[in-house]
Amino acid sequence: MDFLSPSTWEEALAVKSAHPDAVPIMGGTDVMVELNFDKHRPPALIDLTRVPELTRWAPEGDGVLMGAGLSYTRIIGELAGHAPALAQASRSVASPQIRNRGSVGGNLGGASPSGEAHPPLLATDAVIELASVRGTRRVPAREFYLGLRHTARAEDELIAAVLLPRPAGPQYFAKIGTRNAMVIAVASFAIALDAATRTVGTGVGSCAPTPIRAVEAEEFIAGELDWDGGSPLAPGAVTRFGELVASVARPIDDVRGSADYRKHALSVMARRTLAWAVTDHRKGIEQCA
Amino acid sequence: MRVSFEVNGEQVTADDVWAGESLLYVLRERLGLPGSKNACEQGECGSCTVYLDCVTACSCMVAAGQAEGRSVRTVEGLAEGGAAGADPALAHVQEAFVAAGAVQCGFCTPGLLVQTDDLIEQTVGRGGGVPEDAEIREHLAGNLCRCTGYEKIIDAVRTAAERTLAERSEVAR
Repeated sequence: MDFLSPSTWEEALAVKSAHPDAVPIMGGTDVMVELNFDKHRPPALIDLTRVPELTRWAPEGDGVLMGAGLSYTRIIGELAGHAPALAQASRSVASPQIRNRGSVGGNLGGASPSGEAHPPLLATDAVIELASVRGTRRVPAREFYLGLRHTARAEDELIAAVLLPRPAGPQYFAKIGTRNAMVIAVASFAIALDAATRTVGTGVGSCAPTPIRAVEAEEFIAGELDWDGGSPLAPGAVTRFGELVASVARPIDDVRGSADYRKHALSVMARRTLAWAVTDHRKGIEQCA
Repeated sequence: MRVSFEVNGEQVTADDVWAGESLLYVLRERLGLPGSKNACEQGECGSCTVYLDCVTACSCMVAAGQAEGRSVRTVEGLAEGGAAGADPALAHVQEAFVAAGAVQCGFCTPGLLVQTDDLIEQTVGRGGGVPEDAEIREHLAGNLCRCTGYEKIIDAVRTAAERTLAERSEVAR
């Protein structure tokens, strides 16, 4: 096994192109588990921790272009205002030691349906930047997850960055597990209200082979919300939203929870996060009035 | 491959390192620093916590090659004088764990000491006060004690923070 250590982004792309079956490693919080338990022995590792671009972020248009290797700790500290749901999800990742090393790029590379970053990226319509020696392209998160641990990334591509659109309304993330820390989500959910386009975004984790959206629930609740007046949602609408979110789930029974429990938990989280978001939205309207 | 980095202020080199080897393995088996413990090897237990460039990490999840040219501080480096010192004075964190009886089997202690040191650095060390219990629990959430002696551990963290705060106030005066 080789250890390849590019120090520039161009070099990293060239190395990945020359060794498409080499595994990129950033924080190592997934990759090293595989190696420590000898589950997987790739021909080479590509250490990306020396590529400066991956741990930077900068404004782009209205939003922020975040390097794929920015640690969860730095997302929490630096991007909470730019990406509230992603920052909330980041706070729920494992432990401080893991948050110091783990990054959204790793979540996207592994593409486990339980990755904390996925629901917020789906809900907020974030865009993933992929790069190879052939060039750079951008894929919406909503088109990125193709199958179980299978994504739109080609073999010779590296995950460069994530474009986080500027929030245009309240965003929330929720996750169910046996304790606060060190938990792989039994089910997770993110919601983003966009008052500018009068749309609602959702993201569901740990409830299907890939992270998914609940499109019908999004359209239903966007039509029910009083975007300008700020009057409360009808209780029936909140319940229906929960049901519609749960209806997209195709969960499995496993050691972490049964499929029925996951669906139930999902509907509860959908209702709760919707209530929090709508409360924030109504407060915002009151303050403006 | 050869990997060179700084450990507890000293420049070290390890030879014949396998590309998939962890920093933890290099520290324990090649550099004679067994303070960082090897338990879960998957980032769940925190027993192998070290500073890597001033940020705490589970050394079992750092590939050895990623430490090349970096600075590592292990539990052996917490006491003044560090690993090479003949009779190093214990750090406040270490003294507090002894005083509070926060050690049972002791296997989780090195990781807890490093992560506690980091908490105190981020609170008292940055001009803040002694952390509340909730903050202590959150910061140590990735460090498991299988003897379940958490109450004494939290007492020890509070004591260590209080002593550090008192000492810094004294210096400031």
